[in-house]
Amino acid sequence: MSNHYDRRSFLKAAGSVAAIGALPVTMVELAFAKPTENFTFAYISDAHIQHIRGTKFVNNWDRGLIRAVAEANLMTPPPDFVMFGGDLAQLGTQPELDHGAGMLAKLNAPLKVVMGEHDYYLDLGEYWSKLFGPQYYSFDHKGVHFVVLNSILTTDEWTFNRWPTPEQRMLEMAGLDNPNGSPFMVGEKQRDWLAKDLAKVTKDTPVVVFSHSPIQKIYKGWNFWTDDAEQVQALLKPFDKVNVIYGHVHQIQYNQIGNISFNSVMATAWPWPYPQSYAQAEQYLPKLTIPMNRADPFFERDATGWQMVNVNTGRVDLAYNLYNNKPRVVGFDPKLGHPVDKDLQSVALEPNRTHY
Amino acid sequence: MTRHHTSFWAVLAGAVLPAAFALAGPLGLPPVPVPANNPMTAEKIALGSTLFNDKRFSSTGEVSCATCHDPGKAFTDSPLKTSEGINKLTGTRNAPTVVNAAYFATQFWDGRSADLEDQSQHPFVNPVEMGLKDHEPILKIVRTDPAYTGMFKSAFGVEPAAITMDHVKKAIATFERTLVAADSPFDRWYFGGDKTAMSEAAVRGFKVFLEDGRCVSCHTIEQDHALFTDQRFHNVGVGINRIQDKVPEIAPRFLEAKAKGMDVDKAVLSDPNSSELGRFAVTDGLDELGAFKTPTLRNVAVTAPFMHDGSLATLRDVVVHYNNGGVTNKGDKVNDFLSGGIRELNLEEQQIADLVAFMEALTSPQHAKPAATAGVQP
Repeated sequence: MSNHYDRRSFLKAAGSVAAIGALPVTMVELAFAKPTENFTFAYISDAHIQHIRGTKFVNNWDRGLIRAVAEANLMTPPPDFVMFGGDLAQLGTQPELDHGAGMLAKLNAPLKVVMGEHDYYLDLGEYWSKLFGPQYYSFDHKGVHFVVLNSILTTDEWTFNRWPTPEQRMLEMAGLDNPNGSPFMVGEKQRDWLAKDLAKVTKDTPVVVFSHSPIQKIYKGWNFWTDDAEQVQALLKPFDKVNVIYGHVHQIQYNQIGNISFNSVMATAWPWPYPQSYAQAEQYLPKLTIPMNRADPFFERDATGWQMVNVNTGRVDLAYNLYNNKPRVVGFDPKLGHPVDKDLQSVALEPNRTHY
Repeated sequence: MTRHHTSFWAVLAGAVLPAAFALAGPLGLPPVPVPANNPMTAEKIALGSTLFNDKRFSSTGEVSCATCHDPGKAFTDSPLKTSEGINKLTGTRNAPTVVNAAYFATQFWDGRSADLEDQSQHPFVNPVEMGLKDHEPILKIVRTDPAYTGMFKSAFGVEPAAITMDHVKKAIATFERTLVAADSPFDRWYFGGDKTAMSEAAVRGFKVFLEDGRCVSCHTIEQDHALFTDQRFHNVGVGINRIQDKVPEIAPRFLEAKAKGMDVDKAVLSDPNSSELGRFAVTDGLDELGAFKTPTLRNVAVTAPFMHDGSLATLRDVVVHYNNGGVTNKGDKVNDFLSGGIRELNLEEQQIADLVAFMEALTSPQHAKPAATAGVQP
């Protein structure tokens, strides 16, 4: 494409209008840039493609993924790659995974995929792996070590012994607040692999981990949770700069635990509200930004979106492309040592005591 | 019948209304918003009306504002698809009515002007509209023509040499703020409580408008008035559908040219492909690719053809386009950037006909076609 575009015009194309030129996204880069190590990728997640019957799929979810793919293809300069963050399917069926894979195939940039629980629990990832390859892996790109985890596993007892059919197992895990579900985990086998994988990486190499569930404990009732999060975090602790980017929660979250920065991504399908909106009292959840407006049910894309991720010297800035809402940018602030929402960080957070 | 808009204002002749004074609207409309820095006066209205009709402000001397915003056609150029400027040059967009534009939060189909004052200066210097190189010829005329110098003096208290485009813009905008119209059969039925004001078909159509047609979500109605617009921008599958396969080339190229200083106003009216980028051309926001402003539905039945590009000939065609979920011909490819509010509606033939009858009940008395020609609407 054109070489007249700088990162600033990429951000303008991201829908982050005018004001963004003055935001730390570019300032961080100016201050710390090693231009050869800075790059951009796109992150699309949680499409939940849902089969109805025959050739019919839920139109709303189809349109969300189609639109994100078309918009990611307009990124200028093009992204180095596109991550898909899991839950391509709703109930893990071949028609759903095939239909979703067909839409993702229209991406111009190389695609990498994360496993979600909605992709997994029908056939334990068998068909997904035929389409997309290994369920956990690592790769290096422009000085950054990327790790993709399958974080939505759970106990063998729940997975293999509890449900009479694979279909019922899938349905039980597909419910957001279903008490019959089971906490997600990365599991011992993958943690052993991760330890060996990271042993080859120098401690000053930036590490970016992609998982579907948050590798932190947010809210067990909705499985915004990874049961062995502390053990995974311990493996990441020796590194200077670590970023974990996760899907699953269908909302914007960010957090810092020690050296690890956490960022969530939006869904293209539908938004979840924030667990704290039920609390009616002071909460000690990881810091969430101000809640999004309630989605307007008329505009099916409202409160969904996708993101463009700048990697600046090993730190990530996420520019959220949000429909019917102002674009938002959440990026690492080196002075504060944690991610901040560029526009909304200063907005005071009051506990929500409203009961409807 | 032609009830003159300005007659209402004649009553106020000589009176200077207080700044930011909101003027009561007709039945079905709220008070007209008036900016504090441009209060309504009878002198300014008269001046604005004269400027609006002056063909000397075009390079050929043949085009005025009223050429495309004809008072006899509800201030549009119906039945033209897209407007004709100097030398029969055509632009890319269907002339929107000036009637009730006073209420719009932004002006132009893509909202590239914030208010009527700003909007009024652009067509003079657009190459496919009035074709002036710059605004100097206008200033030359208004500073020397004795008819104008007197009017500017009484409207603004300025000497001829001190007249600027700011005065011209303010006068035109002031005149345009008098062009409000409601009091339609719908208004008399809904807000006025006259049970007989609307036909049975139109009453049924109003139910479709509120329910299965999903119209009211964008063409909004309030408790005591109805602008029939949410003032927002939506990709409804018009125009963008034609260029959808070329968007990956057109959109980045447009942004690049804009970054280098290209004039957006000229580009979108002269290049059909750029035009279809819609609000994106103004904001660079991916969210608004192919999106255009929700127009009011008032007097829509007398302003055919429809949509920003005039591509749909009849109100029925418009309803069918929405019923198909944002494609004019059922089965055509839906564009990737379609608004999340647009989907197939599954309306029945009767509902479609009723919805058209409802829109025909939104015509204000002063813009209704004479009875003899009412039957030959396109």
